[in-house]
Amino acid sequence: MEQQLPAFIVGAPLLFSVIVPILGRKWRQSAFVVAVATVAVSTVASALSLVRVLDGGTFRYYLGGWEPPVGIEYVIDEVSAVVSLVVTSVSLLVVISTRRWAEREAGDRPGVFYGLVLLLLAGLTGIVLTGDLFNLFVFLEIASLAAYALVFIGGRRAMLAGFRYLIIGSIGGAFYLLGVGFIYFATGTLNMIEARQLLEEAESTRAVQVGAVFIFTGLGLKMALVPMHLWLPDAYEHAPSSVNSLIAPVMTKVAAYAMLRMFLSVFPPGYLSGAVPIADALLVLGLIGIVFGSVAAAGQTDIRRMLAYSSISQLAFIAVGIGLGTPLALAAALLHVVNHAAMKATLFLATASVRFRVGLQRTHNLAGLGPRMPLTMGAFAVGSVAMVGIPPTAGFFSKWYMVQAGVDEGQWIVVAVVLLSSLLTAVYLFKVLEQVYLRPAKPEPSAHHDDEHDSPGESAPHPVEQQAMRPVVERAREAPLDVWLPLVLLGAATVVLGVFNVVIMEHVLLPGVS
Amino acid sequence: MIDEVAARFPYWATAVLLVVGLYGMIGKRSLVKQVIGLSIFQSAIILFFISGSLLEGATLPILYGVHGGEHADPDDFVNPLPHVLMLTAIVVGVAITGVALSFLVSIYREFGTLDEREMLDEMRK
Repeated sequence: MEQQLPAFIVGAPLLFSVIVPILGRKWRQSAFVVAVATVAVSTVASALSLVRVLDGGTFRYYLGGWEPPVGIEYVIDEVSAVVSLVVTSVSLLVVISTRRWAEREAGDRPGVFYGLVLLLLAGLTGIVLTGDLFNLFVFLEIASLAAYALVFIGGRRAMLAGFRYLIIGSIGGAFYLLGVGFIYFATGTLNMIEARQLLEEAESTRAVQVGAVFIFTGLGLKMALVPMHLWLPDAYEHAPSSVNSLIAPVMTKVAAYAMLRMFLSVFPPGYLSGAVPIADALLVLGLIGIVFGSVAAAGQTDIRRMLAYSSISQLAFIAVGIGLGTPLALAAALLHVVNHAAMKATLFLATASVRFRVGLQRTHNLAGLGPRMPLTMGAFAVGSVAMVGIPPTAGFFSKWYMVQAGVDEGQWIVVAVVLLSSLLTAVYLFKVLEQVYLRPAKPEPSAHHDDEHDSPGESAPHPVEQQAMRPVVERAREAPLDVWLPLVLLGAATVVLGVFNVVIMEHVLLPGVS
Repeated sequence: MIDEVAARFPYWATAVLLVVGLYGMIGKRSLVKQVIGLSIFQSAIILFFISGSLLEGATLPILYGVHGGEHADPDDFVNPLPHVLMLTAIVVGVAITGVALSFLVSIYREFGTLDEREMLDEMRK
């Protein structure tokens, strides 16, 4: 039984992604229940795998009993077990929390919606666990296809955003596949560990370098690394709220993880510096991305778009860690993958909760909401503090380790940019908190023409403003239990992750990367 | 120069198809043409993998008494793995194209056009 754990992590969502739509056709209510049960199975299997890795070290699972190099293997080490647990548990909380909105947004076809969610999860966990280059491509495309469809159902504006996401995402996948082709023809294997051994023995040839460039470009497109980020803000802004709370925390993070995996298990260090300095390129793009994302976020008035640009900045932070390449920097990048999944899920869920309670989406309309939705906005505040990086929340420690890694390497510009990014993050998130907690509620939400999202219309699922004679914010009430409980748990997780960061770093992440 | 191109003809063809596909996806306003560009782009990669597995004078990798049976020389056979990979890649490509085309159907029903610029104009109204 314990031998088969990895099969449950990926297999359960994959199997039920087909069954749930069929069930949902006949019994509408069953779709949600079965989907949550499936995600829970996947989460428990991930947790047990992590326990097992911590006990007995890395273990492998051969699909169908075929050992590599003939078969495909799943490699469960500290890093993949942690990321898999984060992906599944964050998904579990988000799926439970977004139930009320999901059915409305999915056009009354919950079966199809939850089928896609499970397909997304199967793809993401597959990317995390697989030890095979081509298998990673297949799972990457499975996850992406589910994500395109989920973004697309968000209505009129989401259609174009979803289509563009599909085109750009597919270019990314195709580039990755092309790169894998170069690696395969150079080494004759698709197994990551075997490829690394063969590459270490061989001289660094032009073909392998070209392959590496293609792979990193492809994954860069998928993880929205500046300047390949153009699809992300539109997709996150216009996607249904139940969807962007799900894909924003996990989707791009898993692409970042895949990039990290290339560093850890495929390319020997010598291949990524020297003639084709991929590591340095990642470092530079990351540093630019941190500043660009934060500055762009500060200029947004729609919270979802602001959070989308903030995601670009945080992903660039992860790229900086990969670019530095020391064990400490890689562990810091991984810690940030974990932290950011929790922080972003908190922020997006709180935003979605506000949107469905009050129908407001613009930052300047949220004045006075703090006392009226204390739990939702409290979680938002904790998430914001963690994003800025104030101890003891999680965000502080990944930045702290990154600064340390920068000092060790003598890269003072990394230190400067990371500190600057905290300041810029504070600018845009505290602007929201100021409105929420310190300003009195406005008599009327300003419904100018540019406020299309906040005006009653087809995009506002809760057209309160239409009937509102009293100010909207004054009538706001706390979200129901099944919405705020997962939200508060996620908010608490950002603090717990911060408090226990030393344990996570020393026992899990640092052994995983060295 | 010509010899060099001829010797590596599949690679040049791959490069040309990649560029054509990219142009279709980025340079065209029509969403249908963008999907066509995507298909060309993916075909280029299939061509690349298949041409990489070519071996002059080799045959199908079926052990059938010929070529010495079980003591077969690998040089007599074409590498079957890239072909198998490309079968999977074709399936993935079909899935992507299918999803893209179903998007186009929905978009056309909603906007009455498949021209990106007209869609943007429509959205500003």
